[in-house]
Amino acid sequence: MKTSRLSLWIFLSPVLMWLFLLIVLPHLDLFIMSFRAKDEYGQMGFSLQNYANFFAEPIYWLTFVRTAIYSVITTVFTFLLAMPVAFYIVKVVRPKYKGFLMVLLLLPFWVSELVRVYGWMILLRESGVVNFFLLKLGIVDAPLHMLYTDATMIMGLVYTSMLFMVVPVISVLESLDDSLIEAASDLGGSKISIWREIILPHCKPGITSGAIVVFMLSLGNYLTPNLMGGKNSLWFTEQIYNQFIASFNWNQGAAFGFLLLLLSSLIIWAGLKISRQKLGEVAS
Amino acid sequence: MIRSLPNSKAYTWSFHVFVILYFVFLFAPLLVTCVLAFNDSNFPSLPWNGGTLDWFFSPGPKRVGIFHDAQNLRSIMVSFETAVIVSILCVVVGTCTAFAFEQEKFPFKNVLYFLMLAPLVIPGVILGISQLLGATTAGMFAEKHLGVDVPFFRPSFWLVVLGQFSFITTFVALVVSARLRKFDRSLEEAALNLGATRFEVIRLITLRFLRPSIIGAGAVAFLMSFENFNTTLFLVGSQPTLPINLYLQVRDGSTPVINAISFLLIVGTSGLALVNLYLNRKES
Repeated sequence: MKTSRLSLWIFLSPVLMWLFLLIVLPHLDLFIMSFRAKDEYGQMGFSLQNYANFFAEPIYWLTFVRTAIYSVITTVFTFLLAMPVAFYIVKVVRPKYKGFLMVLLLLPFWVSELVRVYGWMILLRESGVVNFFLLKLGIVDAPLHMLYTDATMIMGLVYTSMLFMVVPVISVLESLDDSLIEAASDLGGSKISIWREIILPHCKPGITSGAIVVFMLSLGNYLTPNLMGGKNSLWFTEQIYNQFIASFNWNQGAAFGFLLLLLSSLIIWAGLKISRQKLGEVAS
Repeated sequence: MIRSLPNSKAYTWSFHVFVILYFVFLFAPLLVTCVLAFNDSNFPSLPWNGGTLDWFFSPGPKRVGIFHDAQNLRSIMVSFETAVIVSILCVVVGTCTAFAFEQEKFPFKNVLYFLMLAPLVIPGVILGISQLLGATTAGMFAEKHLGVDVPFFRPSFWLVVLGQFSFITTFVALVVSARLRKFDRSLEEAALNLGATRFEVIRLITLRFLRPSIIGAGAVAFLMSFENFNTTLFLVGSQPTLPINLYLQVRDGSTPVINAISFLLIVGTSGLALVNLYLNRKES
């Protein structure tokens, strides 16, 4: 069995290098850096100052809470939009169109997020395409201010993370037997009761995994809030970026980064616990 | 309700309309970006002034098309080189990971598997800053204790490669693992009984079986690297990748050259997406 030991090491050593050098060590470093700050003599040392700053300065923790709340709102809207679309593709449309619609559904998400956000900017700007048509048709007299608002930013976040809700919901809907719905309907169940008693309970695992991914992606998104949200829509990733690149205060930035990581891990952990799923199942 | 049950006309039609509107929502920003790449106007907005190919081919000096735009061309090359190196690294290490976790036994396997999945739930921004911190710490260590200055550890091309590699490998590993799980190991045993060595078996049988999924995972890795923004943002040095370069231009006001680049990206990635889809269909 000598060759088998050899093959184990050939497979395992790059994996161990990757995991320790690029995942474990950098995150440990992030954790340690977040506890280092200058004391009154200008010496670097262990300190809780970076975390104290976070709680002392309302703009920091308000942005943090705001980011979390808006990510929840994004997740809810993404679900409300994804559910009927998934249901239509799996259960309503004629089967011969299903493959075509699936391709159509996936295609936009292959295109870089930046290009998609840029497209929305061209559409929604004051000199943009939507305003051009609204003015031309006489619906409005002056261009509407649509870009750089919170509502638009949430729409952008829904748009960019849609795929990660639609796909898991479609795959759970596919395993739902039509005859269950037919039987319920024959027995006089109303549409609402069929949705509540049969469809939604069956889809729960797909919805949870979709919600976890969408929430995490919104929370960690930088591009969409930055380009569509304007100056007032502070996002926590922007605070991290500002600490690193603008203020060059890496220790403070590390503390912010660690807080964001903590929040997203906690939410994901809670989501997995509530839905009794494992990380591996959600991922694949 | 579903296609096998009688539905009222109004219900069916409102569902059709809803889904059509959803697809309009999905494709409008992409479509408008592409169309405006051909508009004979100095701004990416309506009115339509007739078609032009200036934004692709014009040599300047008033309008510089993308094929004469040195800065953007350079960033495309940087992205291309990054993506090639990242996808090769990810395919090699990802395949090793799949072999290690699917076919070998070793201590702490569960802990390591959990670590391997961790990049899926770490926001890209956090990966970026921890990579930056880790590299800086390593650089300072090298300077202090070994007395050498390693430019590699400062934001640079190679740091971007490492940062992207650190999380894209997980995706490759998951795709290849899924395929490896379907592999009939009695084929390997038969080959071993016939006198093949472990490595001949892997090279001639297992890898050949895995080839479609390795190619597919490589394509996805290439694309993920090519369009990555969040992680790259913190690691980029003097050679910006295309998404970073585009982001800076979009933020500071846009010209139809960005539309021309977007058009090329949309056409290129949709092509790649369709090829990948075709390969997947053939595989199943």
